[in-house]
Amino acid sequence: MTLLQQAQPTQFSRILAIGAERGENVVTNDDIAGPIESSDEWIRQRTGIVTRVRAGADRDVLDLAEAASRKALVAAGLTGADIDAVILSTITHFHQTPSGAAILADRLGATPAAAYDISAACAGYAYGIGQADALVRSGLARNVLVIGAEKLSDIIDPTDRTISFLLGDGAGAAIVGPSDTPGIGPTVWGSDGSKSTSIRQTHSWTELRADPGLGWPTLRQDGQTVFKWASFQMAPVAAKAMAEAGVEPEDIQVFVPHQANMRIIDQMVKQLGLPETVVVARDIADSGNTSAASIPLATDRLLSEGVAKSGDLALQIGFGAGLVYAAQVVVLP
Amino acid sequence: MANTEQEILEGLAEIVAEETGLPTDAVALEKSFTDDLDIDSLSMMTIVTHAEDKFGVRIPDEEVKNLATVGDAVSFIAKAQA
Repeated sequence: MTLLQQAQPTQFSRILAIGAERGENVVTNDDIAGPIESSDEWIRQRTGIVTRVRAGADRDVLDLAEAASRKALVAAGLTGADIDAVILSTITHFHQTPSGAAILADRLGATPAAAYDISAACAGYAYGIGQADALVRSGLARNVLVIGAEKLSDIIDPTDRTISFLLGDGAGAAIVGPSDTPGIGPTVWGSDGSKSTSIRQTHSWTELRADPGLGWPTLRQDGQTVFKWASFQMAPVAAKAMAEAGVEPEDIQVFVPHQANMRIIDQMVKQLGLPETVVVARDIADSGNTSAASIPLATDRLLSEGVAKSGDLALQIGFGAGLVYAAQVVVLP
Repeated sequence: MANTEQEILEGLAEIVAEETGLPTDAVALEKSFTDDLDIDSLSMMTIVTHAEDKFGVRIPDEEVKNLATVGDAVSFIAKAQA
């Protein structure tokens, strides 16, 4: 009897390169405060956001994803043909099918790479890195392109006081490949669907079909519930990611939480007891909350500004609608 | 173990002082969290979380909006412990 062959595993994986693309329009608090009867001061105090970046009407989420991916490929010294799998996390690709990833793979010259979208909202990038790590180490793929891309300005309501004013557009891409040394710690991930309505789309597509008067669906959140969950239940998840990676807070050089709200970031830093020497990503002040794109955007910025460097150990955690979350410690490319 | 309302007030005052920088004696029963103590909705959730841990009770998110004054919170915690 012929013995079945299984994929040959490889021992380690790492992030080879990162690429980032931001919306080109800088939107100030004053620009958006009117319809929500708010002010620059109120928005800064509650969120830490000074500006958010949004893309123009001529670019959709796949355009942002493509631009970020091309930068990551150049940085890695690879071409699309070197990519075996494309994982796109987004909630703003407005086709149920085909996936954005398949279209993106073709645009990048990565056909016939495996390609699929994942729906994990603000945790999507960290979910994708966890999957890419598993694909590479299992031998199922050699190089995996992970993209968190959002054009959230397509699903905002200017009169919504719960979440729309936080949101920006952007895409971050990472290429995960085999490594001689450990580069991605164990992913600690999970979900809590009992809180599925705390960050939500106002109504479904089928509800819109039944009642077109409902108008285009947009996002809402229960801010206090999400703040409490993120601030106090996600710190233990991040701590577990460090423990499973065998590192202490003193070993971490960089902390890159999802850029949801500066107040959440501050509270997580406090809960985790991170030393003051740890560089904390605070890209939200300028870019706003870009959901799945926020971790790679913030990481790319720290690297390009020289605040973080290649080889640094970074703790990253994504969390958001689902509710879902994922954290891991990675070596920066 | 249940605390007296005075113990709850004192414990809550410590939590509020830690979060806001206000002196503990500013945290009196009749004070409004928002109007008198200038505590916003996010700081309120931080205070609620620490109060849950300290007093061993659960304060549901939907209940928080009903806790207008320090006295409201003290009463809620006392009842939840009973």
